[in-house]
Amino acid sequence: MRFVLIGQPNCGKSTLFNQVAGYKAETGNFSGTTVTYTASKVRVSGQVVEIVDLPGTYSLAGTNPAERETLRYLASNPVDVIINVVDATHLTQGLGLTLELLELQRPMVIALNMLDEAARIGLEIDGPRLQQRLGVTVMPLVASKGRGVRNLFVSALRIGEDAILPKRVRYARDLEEAVSSIVAGLDGNSLLSPDALAIKLLEEDPQVVEMISEAAPNAIELLAISRMRLQEARGQEAIWVVGAERHGLAGNLVREVVKQGERRVTWRDRLDSFFLHPIGGYLFLFIILLLFFEVIYGLGSALETPLLNLFLVIEAQLIAWLGNSSLIAQVLVGSLQGVAGGVAIVLPYLMPFLLGLGLMEDIGYLPRVAFLMDGLMHRIGLHGKAVVPFILGYGCNVPAVMSTRLLEERRDRFLAAALATLVPCAARLAVVFGLVAFYLGPRIALGIYIFNLFVIALTGKIISSLLPEDSPGLILEMPIYRLPTLRTVTQKAWFRIKEFIVEAWPILILGSVVLAILNYYDFADWFNLIIRPITWALGLPGEVGVPLIFGILRKELSLIMLRQALGVSNFASALSPVQMITFTVFVVFYVPCLATLAVLRRELGNRDMLLIAGLTVIIAFFGALAARVVALLVM
Amino acid sequence: MRLLEIGNGNFVRVVGFDGGHHMQHKLRQLGILPGDCIRVVRQAPFGGPFLLEVGGREIALGRRIAARILVEETECVSS
Repeated sequence: MRFVLIGQPNCGKSTLFNQVAGYKAETGNFSGTTVTYTASKVRVSGQVVEIVDLPGTYSLAGTNPAERETLRYLASNPVDVIINVVDATHLTQGLGLTLELLELQRPMVIALNMLDEAARIGLEIDGPRLQQRLGVTVMPLVASKGRGVRNLFVSALRIGEDAILPKRVRYARDLEEAVSSIVAGLDGNSLLSPDALAIKLLEEDPQVVEMISEAAPNAIELLAISRMRLQEARGQEAIWVVGAERHGLAGNLVREVVKQGERRVTWRDRLDSFFLHPIGGYLFLFIILLLFFEVIYGLGSALETPLLNLFLVIEAQLIAWLGNSSLIAQVLVGSLQGVAGGVAIVLPYLMPFLLGLGLMEDIGYLPRVAFLMDGLMHRIGLHGKAVVPFILGYGCNVPAVMSTRLLEERRDRFLAAALATLVPCAARLAVVFGLVAFYLGPRIALGIYIFNLFVIALTGKIISSLLPEDSPGLILEMPIYRLPTLRTVTQKAWFRIKEFIVEAWPILILGSVVLAILNYYDFADWFNLIIRPITWALGLPGEVGVPLIFGILRKELSLIMLRQALGVSNFASALSPVQMITFTVFVVFYVPCLATLAVLRRELGNRDMLLIAGLTVIIAFFGALAARVVALLVM
Repeated sequence: MRLLEIGNGNFVRVVGFDGGHHMQHKLRQLGILPGDCIRVVRQAPFGGPFLLEVGGREIALGRRIAARILVEETECVSS
């Protein structure tokens, strides 16, 4: 038995999914958190059921890659029951999709979610009446609190077992005539119902048009005739007729089943007058971001020092035991350094960052940041949705690149991903603070961050002038503020930390081991020679070659290895202040780490990954050169 | 009249769109159709987007899109 969860963005599908399957799908209080589908097997009344969480979509005719997933899934996979999750606070909007799903004529149940929110804003919904009008079971649900989840799945199981097919709601006569005349030309050989196919053809859904053009060219001829008739009768393009019909019907249904009681104004209604204020909004944004990073840095560095000291003691013990000369000893020490890098350098910053980010996501603040920054982002050729990759980039470039799926246009995804990889992540923060701030003072470190922003803006300007803009601009739903629960925020952070432990950490440990072996066999000089032209032009000692190359594995590695490569414990005795600045600026910009390259390849393909990697080397070289010239003039 | 010309706090009715299929598709999906009532809630500075209330929801729209939505000023209810 297979259930699929279908609903509009931010209606709580993934929250419902996580309630029954454990935390497996990312959630957040904004549209588009789910960009691909997740499946899980669960037990309902003793039966094993597969539950599939599909990305949110406003209609089955999607406009971005995440939205198109739903129709593709329904057309190519057998589904026993559709669980249509509807946000009760936005019923008119939600029922539009419900009517569209009914066209599929598959066993279906409606989960009326967020009934607590609906009651809070004074909506009284007559569930039984809605059930009677639609001819489909309607179940009450508060997914975030787990209320009604059990009953929903038990009722879905019964509907699936009895294979109860719903009748679709009839539209106006001229539209129904058009549908039945197109159906006459179809061969009925599809997982989608003939009526649904005919309606999708009228809506000019590209996936269905392509499918039918091959399978039943007859229907396409009939379509042309019906379309012309409809257009004449309605005085509007046939492509929009079905959507308008559903919208109108949904509106009528809502007027029939929903009573608007007295609405109390609460703190949530007032928040936007502060957070979106033309002046105050930016002040709040600045304070929130500053506070956010202060907390991360404060907590992180407080944990890092004792943890690093602990590992130094263990390392000294290990060397005292095994000596320093054998290959085994060096490999063991290397892997210990890899473990230490994860525990002492990465996790202390990653944990508070992910908790804080989860909190901001669940409250619903991120779309507000997009709203405030849209005007400024346009000046570097992007719209406000790209703020999300930007903010995420300061933590880690990997989720930043993944979040570019929220953008509809490929050009925007490329531009946002390219710029996000230039944002100094938590790992690069370690290099900036460990080298520049420690030896030259925090002001120069701040200077590097400001220089970085300037370079990103300039790069954005240049790329966007090379790639013609075709995106229509920002279209984004502003969710209501929600009070996050401790459980979802910690579950979400743990879900993401687990990803780091499973995927990134092994690379860190492996990298350290490889370095130990290279050092043992004296291969390091070969690597130094490869990028000697770059280090020479930047006035850096040849020994920084290995740390720079290995920094591609993980950015902190370039700082840890620099000490080893230069053979000093105090950087000031081997590097001049200008060299420290040049080195750091180069590290901040050049090739994103291996994990980021991998995700760039997955999201954009091989060619764009290589293009972005090459671009970052060029930017890093000229950026470092410019920083060197300025530093030489000033210092 | 275009939505772009409407000041904060005003109610307007959508009468049509002046743009390509892709943009119209997106707007209709979000529940902005001819005949619907919209309230302009606020506008972001620096040439930023409009915040609209449509059918009890809030939607941010860039100015370039707001310039392509044709509206008429009228008494209506946006829910």
